[in-house]
Amino acid sequence: MPVDMRTYLGHVELVNPITTAAGCAASGSELAQFFDLGRIGALTTRSITMAPRAGRPTPRMAETPSGMLNAIGLQGPGVDAFLERELPWLAQRNVRTVVSIGGGTVAEYTALARRLTDAPGVSAVEVNLSCPNIEDRGRVFARDGAASAEVIASVRSVMRYDVPVVAKLSPDVVDVVSVARACVDGGADALSMINNPLGMSIDTEAMRPSLAAVTGGLSGPAIRPLAVRCVWQVHAALPSVPIIGMGGVLTGRDAFELILAGACVVAVGTALFHDPYACLRILRELEELLAARGFHRLADAVGLAHRPPGASTRHRIDLEESSL
Amino acid sequence: MRETPVTPVQVTGTVLTTRRVDAYHALTVVAPGIAERFRPGHFVAVAVGGAQTSMLTRRAFSIHDVKPDYSGTVEFVFTVRGPGTAWLAERRARDTLDLVGPLGRPFPLPRDPVTCVLVGGEYGSATLFPVADVLQQRGCRVDFVLGAASADRVFGALRARRMGETTTLTTEDGSLGLRGRVTDVLPGVIADVRADVVYACGPMSMLRGVTAVAVEFDIPVQVAVEERMACGVGVCMTCVLPVIGDDGVTRMVRSCVEGPVFRGERVRFDDVGTIPFDALGAPGGGSRNAG
Ligand SMILES: Cc1cc2nc3c(=O)[nH]c(=O)nc-3n(C[C@H](O)[C@H](O)[C@H](O)COP(=O)(O)OP(=O)(O)OC[C@H]3O[C@@H](n4cnc5c(N)ncnc54)[C@H](O)[C@@H]3O)c2cc1C
Ligand SMILES: Cc1cc2nc3c(=O)[nH]c(=O)nc-3n(C[C@H](O)[C@H](O)[C@H](O)COP(=O)(O)O)c2cc1C
Ligand code: FES
Repeated sequence: MPVDMRTYLGHVELVNPITTAAGCAASGSELAQFFDLGRIGALTTRSITMAPRAGRPTPRMAETPSGMLNAIGLQGPGVDAFLERELPWLAQRNVRTVVSIGGGTVAEYTALARRLTDAPGVSAVEVNLSCPNIEDRGRVFARDGAASAEVIASVRSVMRYDVPVVAKLSPDVVDVVSVARACVDGGADALSMINNPLGMSIDTEAMRPSLAAVTGGLSGPAIRPLAVRCVWQVHAALPSVPIIGMGGVLTGRDAFELILAGACVVAVGTALFHDPYACLRILRELEELLAARGFHRLADAVGLAHRPPGASTRHRIDLEESSL
Repeated sequence: MRETPVTPVQVTGTVLTTRRVDAYHALTVVAPGIAERFRPGHFVAVAVGGAQTSMLTRRAFSIHDVKPDYSGTVEFVFTVRGPGTAWLAERRARDTLDLVGPLGRPFPLPRDPVTCVLVGGEYGSATLFPVADVLQQRGCRVDFVLGAASADRVFGALRARRMGETTTLTTEDGSLGLRGRVTDVLPGVIADVRADVVYACGPMSMLRGVTAVAVEFDIPVQVAVEERMACGVGVCMTCVLPVIGDDGVTRMVRSCVEGPVFRGERVRFDDVGTIPFDALGAPGGGSRNAG
């Protein structure tokens, strides 16, 4: 029997839990050359900014063991071009779209959200909080619960009520749970984690930093344990808040791990650079894995690893059935 | 006119043959969908390290040759630079290789039979032979200028001598041909053969020099650039360089999908590795501090 792979982001139903990670699928058309984007639960855009951005100088990438460092710097065409070309292109193809937004001030995030309010085809808005707050000496929003909550509250206040607002958290914090809680208190309908932790590599040939920007965001399987930990901790503290889990998902098993930790949606990022078909493959592998373990519904696996030791899955299903 | 990209495919190819060509390795891989779509200038993005590898990014290689054998083979030529190319150098016949291609915009070809000078640096020459083939089919005259640091790093000298009306070789150590760089001899060749157009592939510094020469002679130059890439298919945004568009505006464009072939004078070689202040969306143009 096929597994029911449907999942919910707030009240928005997705046909399955796989989405692309922000900034890892460009405008969507590049991946559409390989497969029909309608087959994945959602596509997450790169972080859209108010004005066009040229990003950081090259080299922007350095491969590291089981991962890579990137310093792209949110290169993109700006919100006008996004609304004119990229979003309608996705909407015409009925691709569920999570629009990621990035800004340097609360006002900028709010203005972006306002621009998206009337745009057709926005399934959810993901607020990339890993941007430097220019009003606070470049301190990253995501490092501070209060600053994050302020952005989320403001975005929530202008966003249409039926469009979930997702707060994207960084693992580079002392207490991810407190930032998560602040975002939920601020009005976040869901949480997304993790964004890239900051890393660095030095080219031992040139004896200089490998990236022009010196430091960069680490991604890929190297960060998966960090992602599993963050998803686990936040799900334990806020079990009713939907979580988009990401960080080094390469296989269906990796996605399953994040689901067991508490994610109901799984985003695929760096894996797409290795395998443009990664989303479909991971989805298939995940479904097979769920079926092999006797699950009828994906939803039954979300956060399942949190059950107390000794409580078997069978036991749990029995209990649920007997309580009907 | 700009060539439009073809739809790439991913194939698990089987290595047919491996060989050494002077300082380089050449791999011929059975890759049906890629071979039949190939046009000169295309490249492939190769997964390295095997299924459980810790190397996540694909490696880009120009396609040197395609043949109809086994419903389509592609050959690429490479030099060992880091762990990925070291792994590739260990591949043997019957090993499998995961390729995505053909990628990028191929070289635009002239409509009329004109005289073309093909300039190659190091393994960059490998890309030029399929170009030379089609040019000759179209009745063009082809002349080669190939160069490298030393004799063993000049790729394809023999084949160039067979194909080209003339072939000029340069090495920096003087071990083959003339001592010096391709740009030292290029003005002479262009003048002698009365070239109408230049095609070039090689290191960035060479392309910059070749472009300067072509601009001097006021003839078009098509260059195939090499930038650090992670995906090769346009999703990661790592491979950008500053290019002037038809509208005169400089943009940071992806060399994997908008390139790797560009009109030389459109590439701001002096500004590669920077964001020129006048590029679209350059810092200062608005939300400068986001992200
Ligand atoms: C369009 C194009 C065509 C190319 N054609 C050829 C060819 O025909 N023959 C050949 O020998 N080489 C070619 N190169 C360069 C080749 O891609 C690199 O030498 C190779 O990726 C290095 O991999 P590595 O694992 O040995 O090095 P590492 O330094 O370990 O690679 C780490 C990462 O950086 C990327 N990278 C490093 N150097 C380069 C580079 N110069 N260009 C692009 N990505 C780089 C790698 O792909 C990888 O993702 C081409 C590059 C491009 C962009
Ligand atoms: C090249 C690249 C660009 C990214 N751009 C963005 C971005 O624009 N906005 C954002 O919120 N996250 C961005 N990210 C972070 C990813 O969305 C994701 O959170 C992270 O990479 C972890 O997932 P992964 O290991 O599957 O890549 C980017 C990551 C990479 C590798
Ligand atoms: S290599 Fe990924 S966008 Fe060009």
